[in-house]
Amino acid sequence: MAMIKLENVNKNFGDLHVLKDVNLEVEEGEKLVIIGPSGSGKSTTVRCMNFLEVPSSGHVYINGTELTTKNKTKVIRDNTSMVFQQFNLYPHMTVLKNLTIGPIKLQHKPKKEAEELAYHYLDIVGLKDKADVYPTTLSGGQQQRIAIARALCSQSKIILFDEPTSALDPETIQEVLDVMIKLAKESITMVVVTHEMGFAKQVADRVIFMEDGQIIESGTPEHFFNNPESERVKQFLGKIIR
Amino acid sequence: MSGLLSPRAWNKIWTYRGTFLLGFANTLKTALVALLIALVLGIVFGLMATSGKKGLRTISRIYVEVIQNTPILLQMCFLYYALAFSGHSPGIIVTGFLALGIYTGAYMAEVIRAGIESVPKGQFEAAQAQGFGYAERMFYIIIPQSIKVILPPMTNVIVNMIKNTSCLYIVGGADLLSLTYSFVTGENTGGSYAPAYIVCGVIFFLICFPLSTFASMWESSLKKRDSKVFQNGRPKEA
Repeated sequence: MAMIKLENVNKNFGDLHVLKDVNLEVEEGEKLVIIGPSGSGKSTTVRCMNFLEVPSSGHVYINGTELTTKNKTKVIRDNTSMVFQQFNLYPHMTVLKNLTIGPIKLQHKPKKEAEELAYHYLDIVGLKDKADVYPTTLSGGQQQRIAIARALCSQSKIILFDEPTSALDPETIQEVLDVMIKLAKESITMVVVTHEMGFAKQVADRVIFMEDGQIIESGTPEHFFNNPESERVKQFLGKIIR
Repeated sequence: MSGLLSPRAWNKIWTYRGTFLLGFANTLKTALVALLIALVLGIVFGLMATSGKKGLRTISRIYVEVIQNTPILLQMCFLYYALAFSGHSPGIIVTGFLALGIYTGAYMAEVIRAGIESVPKGQFEAAQAQGFGYAERMFYIIIPQSIKVILPPMTNVIVNMIKNTSCLYIVGGADLLSLTYSFVTGENTGGSYAPAYIVCGVIFFLICFPLSTFASMWESSLKKRDSKVFQNGRPKEA
């Protein structure tokens, strides 16, 4: 059974038809990378997977359950986490609190257990010493690693990444990618919208290319980077891989 | 200036100090009850104004615009006389609570709306993506961040409300200004216009000045702290 399934998903913003009949299945444990030019609907596609955007029509299934506006809070809580381009850490809480508020308030874990979990994941992202600082005192790359640790703390089966490195200084991109590469070895289902082709090559099980609200091509990274079918994909990759 | 320099007039004020203390107490009591009503209305309509549902936003908008664009004196007269004529007179005291509460609630609602809207959209999304429902999202994530934006202007709204208790004069209230007016026009007490109004003003000033000073000091200290804590910049809006 697919972990995530989009069925004939359409999304309109006013007159703008952003997603056009998108069909997509992501298997459990699969690492899916979505690439494409800006405005192609990549972000909207992942945001439909946790109903940050509610599709105008079509169906979204998460772990076998159809997402509705009624059940979304519970289904999202139980199955998915998200890492954002702008990190979106909670600025009024320390790093530790950022990591534990979800597990304590949503998964009803005892505080001690939530903190142990938080330290465990802080260790994985290499920021165990930052537990007691406020996120805004950290660099972008550190904030994004904390955001990834926060996503991990909810122990969801699915983590959605919406351009996780696009807002970072070139120098700090690699530290975030390294953490994501480490994660990719786990059994978590990952959907990653990114422009980092190196990352796609290294960890993706499958890459899809989107343009104009549609999936134009889908395949393994080898297929994509060695002999893509469509001219458009060749042109796009030619421009971003130098 | 009637009685300004007359020891006799000032003496009269001292003799009847109970009147002023009563007015002071009534004004405070009215302000406190009205504040509770205003807070409840402000929170409800402020949240409605930031809701995703258009119907709720419209209802909140209508409330705020109607109240903010008609005089409070008219609202008090309307409540008092209109209700009295329809046989449901709530009485002067309750009229005061309700009219001031409803009036101030509209300003509270705007302050709370602005506070919630000052929180970047990404914060709402992060909370939603974690699986926080509406109430949890507001309580744990959004309100704590907007409180520093809300509290200083809210203090100003409260100061205005305390001053607005004087409008109850129009329906014959027992607030500080109304009692002062009765005092200076009274058969036995009349005449000491200047001293009476000065005392009345001093009492208002003594309540309001510390509050508004506190509000502006608070605001500037929050700004100072923010510029320290947020020197790396808040997450930009995408």
